[in-house]
Amino acid sequence: MRLGAAVLLAGVLSLSACSAGSLGSSDDAAGGKTQITFLTNNDPANVKVAEAVIAAFEAKNADVDVKLDTRPQGSEGDNLVKTRLSTGDMADVFEYNSGSLLQAIAPSANLTPVTGEAWAGDLDDTFKKVVSSGAEVYGSPWQTISGGGILYNKPLYAKLGLQPPKTWADFMTNNSRIKAAGTAPVAQTYSETWTSQILVLADFHNVSAADPGFADKYTNNQAKYATTPAALAGFQHLEELKKAGYWNDDYASAKYNEGLAAVADGTAAHYPMITFAVTAIETAAPGKTNDVGFFALPGTDASKNGVTLWEPSGLYIPKSTTGDKLTAAKKFQAFLATPDGCAAEASATSLGGPFAVKTCKLPDDVATAVKDLSVYVDAGAASPALEFLSPIKGPALEQITVEVGSGIRPAADGAKLYDEDVKKQAQQLGLQGW
Amino acid sequence: MTTVTDAVTEAPATTVPEPVRRRSPYPYWFILPGGVIFTVFFLVPSVMAFWFSLTRWTLFDQEFIGLDNYVQFFREPALASGLWHTLIYAVVTSGLKVVLGMALAVLLTGPILGRGFMRSVAFFPVLVSTIGVGLTFQILMHPTRGVINQALDLAGITGPAWLADPDWALLSVAFVDVWQGVGLALVIYMAGILSIPGEYFEAATMDGAGAWHRFRNITLPLARPATVSVILLSLIGGLRKFDLIWAMTKGGPGFTSDVMASVIYKQYQAGFYGLSTAGNVVLFLLVILIALPLFWFFNRKEDA
Repeated sequence: MRLGAAVLLAGVLSLSACSAGSLGSSDDAAGGKTQITFLTNNDPANVKVAEAVIAAFEAKNADVDVKLDTRPQGSEGDNLVKTRLSTGDMADVFEYNSGSLLQAIAPSANLTPVTGEAWAGDLDDTFKKVVSSGAEVYGSPWQTISGGGILYNKPLYAKLGLQPPKTWADFMTNNSRIKAAGTAPVAQTYSETWTSQILVLADFHNVSAADPGFADKYTNNQAKYATTPAALAGFQHLEELKKAGYWNDDYASAKYNEGLAAVADGTAAHYPMITFAVTAIETAAPGKTNDVGFFALPGTDASKNGVTLWEPSGLYIPKSTTGDKLTAAKKFQAFLATPDGCAAEASATSLGGPFAVKTCKLPDDVATAVKDLSVYVDAGAASPALEFLSPIKGPALEQITVEVGSGIRPAADGAKLYDEDVKKQAQQLGLQGW
Repeated sequence: MTTVTDAVTEAPATTVPEPVRRRSPYPYWFILPGGVIFTVFFLVPSVMAFWFSLTRWTLFDQEFIGLDNYVQFFREPALASGLWHTLIYAVVTSGLKVVLGMALAVLLTGPILGRGFMRSVAFFPVLVSTIGVGLTFQILMHPTRGVINQALDLAGITGPAWLADPDWALLSVAFVDVWQGVGLALVIYMAGILSIPGEYFEAATMDGAGAWHRFRNITLPLARPATVSVILLSLIGGLRKFDLIWAMTKGGPGFTSDVMASVIYKQYQAGFYGLSTAGNVVLFLLVILIALPLFWFFNRKEDA
C-alpha cells in the first residue's frame, strides 16, 4: 500500500515536471516570440490604457508578447515596487512615479539608464529632469502632464455672469456671490484624504513666483512653510474657506467621485483638483465632462497667474531584465515616446493634459478643462509642483490639510506641523544639513 | 498528566542526590524540527527587528544610526495623541466588553427560548472579517445617508457625524469593536458561569437571597477568572488594534483617531522602514508594560 503510494507519487511528480517543462518550451517555440511583463497600477482607467498601448505595440512588433501585470495604487503599490526591486524580482518593464518618489527607489542601483536612446531627445525638458538621477535618464512617459488648480462648473459661471478669477481676492468675491445664489462654492472630499492637499500643493506656482529660489532653499533646510508667507498662504486659504462656510455640507464624509460629480452637475461651483481627474468625470457624471472648466489657483498678483504642473509617471526597466527581454523591454519603453504610443494612449482614455513628448500633439476633442490647461502651458505660465523639484514631501500633509480644512487646527499650526513632517522625511532620506 | 510529570521528576531524584533541573522527556533530535522552525521564523526575525530599528533602512540599503529612530519616534507629533487614543480605546473597549459580556452571559445561561440559537447569533460577529465589518459600518455610519442616523432621525434625534466628527470618530470605532468582539467575552463568561456549581444558587435562594444578591455574591466573585481573562485579552487586543481603525477612519479625520498601530503603519507607508520597526519595538514594550503588571496583580489576588 505504502509502496504503491510512493510509486504513484513519484509518477505524478515526474509527469508534472515533464509537462511543465514541455509547456514552457512549446510556449517559447510558438512563433519564437519574446515574452515580457509590464507592471502598472490597477486603476481601471489605467488598465484600459495599458491594454490599448500593448495592443498597438504588439501590432507593430510581432516578435514581442507583452503580458500585463497590475499592482495596487498608492503607498501599498510603492512598497510592492520597492520589495520586488530589492529582491531582484521586478517585472521586465514597469510604471512608477517620477520626481521625488523615483529617487526613493535608488535609480542608479536598480534601473537601466536610457540616456543614449534616440527618443530621449524628444522628451519635454521638465519631464526629462524628473525621470533623471545624476546625469542619467531612466524613463519614458506614461500618460500625460496634468495641471493642479480649480475645476469649475461653466454653466453656473455663465448663469451668474462670473469670470475665472486671477487673484485670490477675486476668487473669494466669486465665492460669496455663488453662496448668495444658494450653491456650495467649493467642494471638499475628506473621506479620501489625498484630495485635501490640492489647495496647498497646486499653490506652488504662486510660491515660486513670489520666491523663485524656494524649492532649493526648502531642500537645503533654509526655507519653511510656516515662515514663508507665500508658502503659508496655501494653508491659510484652506482655513479662510472653511471659516467663511464655503465648503459643501458633507465635506467631511464625501468621496473624490462625489466631488467630481458635484462640480460637473453644478451642485458645487469649484473643486480644487488636478486635471488627470477629467478621465473620471465621465464615470462620475456621464455626459457632463465639457461642463467642467479649469483655472489655475489664483494668487496675490494677477500678472504672475499660472498653473502648477504634475509630470507623468515613467516607464522604467530594472537591472534584472537582461538579454532578449531587455531588447524587447527597451522597444516597449521607446514606443511610449513616439506619436504612435501617444495615439494609443489617447484612444483608450480622455486625456488629462498635454503629452510630455515633443512629437505628440493633443487631439482636438480633448476635454474643456484640458483645453483651459493648455492655454497656460502654451503661454509658459507654468511651474512643476514642488514634489518634482525637491526630493522631500512630508507624508502627513494630507492629514494636516484635512485638519486645517475641518477647523481642527489653525493654518499657522498646520504649516508648522508640516515643517516637522518635512524634517522627518529629510532625515530619513539622509539628506545633508538636516 | 500528573503521573507523567511525577515519574520524570522522581526518577532522576533517586539517582542524583542534589536537586536537578527538570529534564525534557524527549531526546534532542525529537525537538530539533520545532527548534529549527522557532529559530528561523521567530527568533531570527525578532532579533533582526531589534537590529533594523537601529538603522535607516530603505529596503535597498541600511545605515546604522543608533537610537535616532527612537528619538524621532518619540518626537512624532501624532505619537502623543496616538498613545492617549490607544489607552482610551483599550480601556473603553475592554470595559464595555466586560460589562456587556457579563450581562449577555447571564441572559444566555438563563432559561430562555432558543438558547443555542441566540448564543450563536451573539458569537456570529466574531467570525466575520474585521475589514468587512469596518467597511460595512463605514456605510451604516454615514452622517446623512447611513442607516444609523436615518433611524435616529425617525426618532427625532439628530445623530452625530460618527466617523467624520473629530470628537466621535475614535469612540465610534470603539463601539463597533465592542459589537464585534463581545461574542468572545460572552463565551468566556458563559464557561465561567456554567462552571459555578448550582448548589450555591440553591443554598443562597433558601437563605432568602434575591437575584441581585445571588449575582453580586456568587456569580461575580466566582466568575473572576473569566473576568481576568476577558480584561487581559481585550486590553491587549485594544492596545494593538489596527485593522478595524484603518478600515473605518485611517486614523482620521486628521489625526483624531490615530492609535499607536496606525501611527506605526503610516511610517511604513512613507517608506520609513527603520523608524516603523522602532515604533513596533516601542509598542511591544508598551503592551508588556501594561499587560504584565495587570497579569501579576490579578493572579496574586486569585491566589490570596
